[in-house]
Amino acid sequence: MTAAEKWVAFVTILVKEVRRFTRIWQQTLLPPAITITLYFVIFGTLIGPRIGEMSGFNYIEFVAPGLIMMAVITNSYSNVVSSFFGAKFSHSVEELLVSPVPNYIILTGFMMGGVARGLSVGLVVTLLSLFFTRLHVQHLWVTCSVVFLTAVMFSLAGFINAVFARTFDDISIVPTFVLTPLTYLGGIFYSINMLPDFWQGVSQVNPILYMINAFRFGVLGVSDIDVRWAFVIVIGFIALLYGFSMHLLVKGRGLRN
Amino acid sequence: MTVPALAINQLYKTYDNGFQALKGIDLEVRPGDFFALLGPNGAGKSTTIGIICSLVRKSSGTVEIFGRNIDSHFSEAKQYLGIVPQEFNFNMFEKSFDILVTQAGYYGLPARLARERAEKYMRQLGLWEKHNLPSRTLSGGMKRRLMIARALIHEPKLLILDEPTAGVDIELRRSMWQFLRQINQQGTTIILTTHYLEEAESLCRNVAIIDRGEIITNTSIRSLLQKLNKEVFIFDTRDSLAEFPVIDGFPGKRVDDHSFEVEVEKAQSLNGLFEGLSKRGIDIISMRNKANRLEELFVSLVQPNIDLLTKEKKK
Repeated sequence: MTAAEKWVAFVTILVKEVRRFTRIWQQTLLPPAITITLYFVIFGTLIGPRIGEMSGFNYIEFVAPGLIMMAVITNSYSNVVSSFFGAKFSHSVEELLVSPVPNYIILTGFMMGGVARGLSVGLVVTLLSLFFTRLHVQHLWVTCSVVFLTAVMFSLAGFINAVFARTFDDISIVPTFVLTPLTYLGGIFYSINMLPDFWQGVSQVNPILYMINAFRFGVLGVSDIDVRWAFVIVIGFIALLYGFSMHLLVKGRGLRN
Repeated sequence: MTVPALAINQLYKTYDNGFQALKGIDLEVRPGDFFALLGPNGAGKSTTIGIICSLVRKSSGTVEIFGRNIDSHFSEAKQYLGIVPQEFNFNMFEKSFDILVTQAGYYGLPARLARERAEKYMRQLGLWEKHNLPSRTLSGGMKRRLMIARALIHEPKLLILDEPTAGVDIELRRSMWQFLRQINQQGTTIILTTHYLEEAESLCRNVAIIDRGEIITNTSIRSLLQKLNKEVFIFDTRDSLAEFPVIDGFPGKRVDDHSFEVEVEKAQSLNGLFEGLSKRGIDIISMRNKANRLEELFVSLVQPNIDLLTKEKKK
């Protein structure tokens, strides 16, 4: 394939992915919007004023960046895991596997599909948050780059989950038992400085903590961790997950007999 | 020397469970050919096709499509190949038209050309009226035609169809044959697997029969049929028959009150049979082959292995 043909193939995969999640917007875009609105109402408007300030901000201002990141993480992950597993399940992935599209284009296409959904939901949630609070972005580059890289990372993780999944139950195990707890414990609703030393140390093993804090730094200018570490960790994970995903595709794990 | 459309050399496949599906097959298909790959269930046809289109990983051996090795020249080899699988493998929620345009994109076709081709093949295959509907709403025959259109969207030089008319009614099957003949005449090499041996006999020029992972015959349909020594004819009579009308040199049996079957050797003239029947006052109103000729041959070729398998199972 020429470079131009590869570009067409990549755009085709991306457009197909975007078309998929926009076609079923009631299942992909609406639920996170409702969930996040409820978070804002409950934690921001009802409970927030009683909690008072956190890291020098109103509670609703403090949780808003974390809630946006939570939506980005879960949606970029679930887009790829459900789309790729669905393609495997219906065998429509064979359309791609019999074609001359190189593996890295397949992977990048699905990954960017996940990023597109993650960022779309992130945008919807950000717009909704403006009904409840004000967001003055302090560091635009950090905000944009960290949200993009996080979406990339969780799209790749979703891809790996889809490759290994054999049933629809398998695609919900990781989000339920790994992703959600790590996200909740990643400092969305609190600053880890409030925790005892031991639990602060434990929290620092959680990679999601770094992403949420880096994003909060971008928006509010405050963070519990050194933002440079966030970039090191996210980029490191992306390299690792991309390499592993390529290995799975080359070996045809779960795809080729 | 002409480069073969498909060249398979010493192809082996052993699955993870230890089952050896292919035992070193060699196969060559000439450009422009209409080739039948036949074999009983589990013989290795689908494994062979799976390896050619890279859905199955081979254990060893080489496969070349128009001279391009599927390992070293993956991309070029794939550009030459179109595949129509046995099972429906498209997204049932997508519109038929979108399925074709998306597939074209996987081959690097620009969107405008992809849309033109999609319309062209959907019209040719009688699908255009449904182009805007989700593929799940199509009938079984339409879904099969959609897969043919999808396989042709990048206009491959080699088209492989794995039982394309399975479960399709006779009328539609005939129209699909007509379409396949047409694209073959336009230069597309076609390899067909089918359980309808009438289909292979009607469409194909050359044939390979695969059984238990080995090619047991690879020749032209004509020379294969020449091997057939006997044919069985069924005769329908005007009056009812109490018993089989025994005529020297023509063994057979009574089928029912108004028909009987007779075994005729290839070199044998039918005149003697008709004379004998006339003398007995039996009025023949019609006659036909008992079975498709190729089917008889096919059964005779794979029967030894079936017998062997039955014995092994009994043990």
